[in-house]
Amino acid sequence: MTWVFDHLGLLGDLTVTHVYLSVLPVVIGLIIAIPLGWAASRWRPARAILLTVSGLLYTIPSLALIVILPALISTKTLDPINVIITLSVYTIALLVRSIADALSAVPGTVVAAATAIGYRPVRRFVGVEFPLAIPVVVAGLRVAMVSNISLVSVGALIGIAGYGQLFTNGFQLQFVTEIVTGIVATLLLALVADLLLQLIGRLLTPWTRVGR
Amino acid sequence: MNLLTSWLFDPTNWSGSTGVPARLVEHLWYTALALLIAIVIGFPLGALVGHTKRGGFALVGAANVLRALPTVGVLTLVVLLAGIGLVPPIAALTLLAIPPIMAGAYAGIQAVEPVVVDAARGVGMTEREVLFQVEIPNALPLIFGGVRSAALQVVATATIAAYVGLGGLGRYVFDGLALHDYPQMAGGAVLVAVLAVLVELVLTGVQRLVVSPGLRPVRTSGGIQR
Amino acid sequence: MIEFQAVTKRFDDGTVAVDELDLTVDPGRITVFVGPSGCGKTTSLRMINRMIDATSGSILVDGKDVRQSDPPLLRQGIGYVIQQAGLFPHRTVLDNIATVPLLAGWSRAKARKRAEELLETVGLPANMGRRYPAQLSGGQQQRVGVARALAVDPPVLLMDEPFSAVDPVVREGLQDELLRLQGELDKTIVFVTHDIDEAIKLGDKVAVFRTGGILAQYDTPAELLARPADEFVANFVGRDRGYRALGFLAASGLGIGELAGVRLGATVAEAKAALRDGWVVVVDERNHPCGWLSADHLSSVDDSAAVTADLVLAGGSLYDTEHGSLRSALDSALSSPSALGVAVDADGALVGSVTADEVLRALAAARTAGEVPQ
Repeated sequence: MTWVFDHLGLLGDLTVTHVYLSVLPVVIGLIIAIPLGWAASRWRPARAILLTVSGLLYTIPSLALIVILPALISTKTLDPINVIITLSVYTIALLVRSIADALSAVPGTVVAAATAIGYRPVRRFVGVEFPLAIPVVVAGLRVAMVSNISLVSVGALIGIAGYGQLFTNGFQLQFVTEIVTGIVATLLLALVADLLLQLIGRLLTPWTRVGR
Repeated sequence: MNLLTSWLFDPTNWSGSTGVPARLVEHLWYTALALLIAIVIGFPLGALVGHTKRGGFALVGAANVLRALPTVGVLTLVVLLAGIGLVPPIAALTLLAIPPIMAGAYAGIQAVEPVVVDAARGVGMTEREVLFQVEIPNALPLIFGGVRSAALQVVATATIAAYVGLGGLGRYVFDGLALHDYPQMAGGAVLVAVLAVLVELVLTGVQRLVVSPGLRPVRTSGGIQR
Repeated sequence: MIEFQAVTKRFDDGTVAVDELDLTVDPGRITVFVGPSGCGKTTSLRMINRMIDATSGSILVDGKDVRQSDPPLLRQGIGYVIQQAGLFPHRTVLDNIATVPLLAGWSRAKARKRAEELLETVGLPANMGRRYPAQLSGGQQQRVGVARALAVDPPVLLMDEPFSAVDPVVREGLQDELLRLQGELDKTIVFVTHDIDEAIKLGDKVAVFRTGGILAQYDTPAELLARPADEFVANFVGRDRGYRALGFLAASGLGIGELAGVRLGATVAEAKAALRDGWVVVVDERNHPCGWLSADHLSSVDDSAAVTADLVLAGGSLYDTEHGSLRSALDSALSSPSALGVAVDADGALVGSVTADEVLRALAAARTAGEVPQ
């Protein structure tokens, strides 16, 4: 335990990097996944293609993707950007399906009512369809977030900072405490992130909190 | 693109004890082993909790915590504590494969319609018959989903396990890293990616064969009177 | 025979679902449990095959307390049909029906053969055997559910709102099927429903339950309609009690008047000639009534035109002289645009007419003859 207190500064820095590397892909992934998910919910061929490609990408192990990316898009081999892009790809793959399913599950009667009232398509999407899809999207976000927080550590294997550094360092120095600290820190971060997302989800959907 | 394929097309990399076929077999062997043990442990747990409807909250909670564990952390910890060799990394792989299988079994059995389970008891099945003849067959799609998810998890983690001394395709990534040999790293990565996709396809095929046709989403053809 | 002896069911949260129930179900008859939600009818049914166990009291099936039997074995000997059928989605229709025989140890071949027979018995085509439940409609699934329950020919059949989840037209068909089957099989059937009309139609005896698991009245449908035990039963049975009671009076003495018909394809002139009191009925080539023509709407049509199907006015309900009751006779008279009920024989061919006055006259005669329950 004293080790932890002695290295709070390091832990702080690593936390900042880890948070940055896990949250940014989720944000990027969400932004890209929304229009893709909408397209998949609207047109059957789009759904088939998008879901197949998503499924395929999600199948590829993280380390493999991180290593292959530099060859595909000419990034530097050991650049953190590879981790960000990899995790964004996973987030997109996960969320496209979630969003497509969530939008398809919005009752047709509600959409019809909105159109009949006079909503134009974009406004209707923003004001009616997407809000109703939020609970499912938040569920998908939680999975993506926790998954990313765990995966960022893989980047340490090729030298990218984050809690993973505690694992590689601890392993090389045969120092168990450091590794355990890393695991605990990861779990704590995942817990906090999960709770925050749940909270945001509830705040955005007051209608689910009312009633019996 | 050359970077990705140059190492792969070199025939010397395909022979010998460190050649691709050998490493591939190692990788598959670790995967199969960890997956099987994870199924033996995780499936009965998930199925039982799903059938008796008791302890679901605890099970889902446990699965979530296990899923949040960083794979690199678990691998390094287990190997440091239990030493290098085959068993510690495989144990770590198994541990990480249990949550999806457990969750899949639990979710699958939970999702069987209560009416169907009630009817199964009503026709005179014992609890064991209800579980094996009705609940599990109907839960197969979700059970298989869990197994597929676990399989991919293991393939991915086995790759990382090369870092703590295990064999398998991940070796190429770390050996390549140490030698600043990007083509080797990339070659290994491509092989792993292809293996993962193949495993998924094979398991999906098995699922098609094993799951009852009655559970597939129905497309009504012209001859059916509704 | 099934006997309830002071059966009570109290749940963990204190609610009393069934309160000191004493009731005997006659063998070989359809007994209906009916009542509003929360009256304990389903709970009572499910205690017979031990899907639920009673808190106190005993249930005897053919003299044996059900608690002395191993539940799965008990249930294999009792047919159980539920709402939404509960067919096993992962098995074909045939395999669903063959479930209990296989559990009981029959050979595969024997079980399969029995399943095929039953498929026919419940009125489904043989090729449906290879389909899966998801490919069947609600009504078809229910029929398979009944077939599955009948597989080992159990003497007792329990049916829990089996027809409530299908639409009214299909429901009527299923009810008629059940009555027909019972005519051939003579099973002891306990049937639960919340629909009083279904209870009256199907039940040889009807048990009306009150909320809280209390038995309000246990009688034949005719008795129930004529002499409800209290205000609850009277209200539950409904405001058309008198009218419905007519359904239990045979119309054997009912006088049938003459009714001339004109064929489809005849000219309008012939139709006009056949008019009686401003109305004539139109029949097809099998002498089945198709509808009515009135003087009023014939007046605007050319005499030489042919009488076609789209010219006629839809008629009311038909009164079957062989199987009909005073109720169907009265309904045919009331629903006819001409106030003349159309009477047909068992094949549906035109026989004559019947008026509301005639029906009331027949009712008075039945009262005098002591045929109406007092």
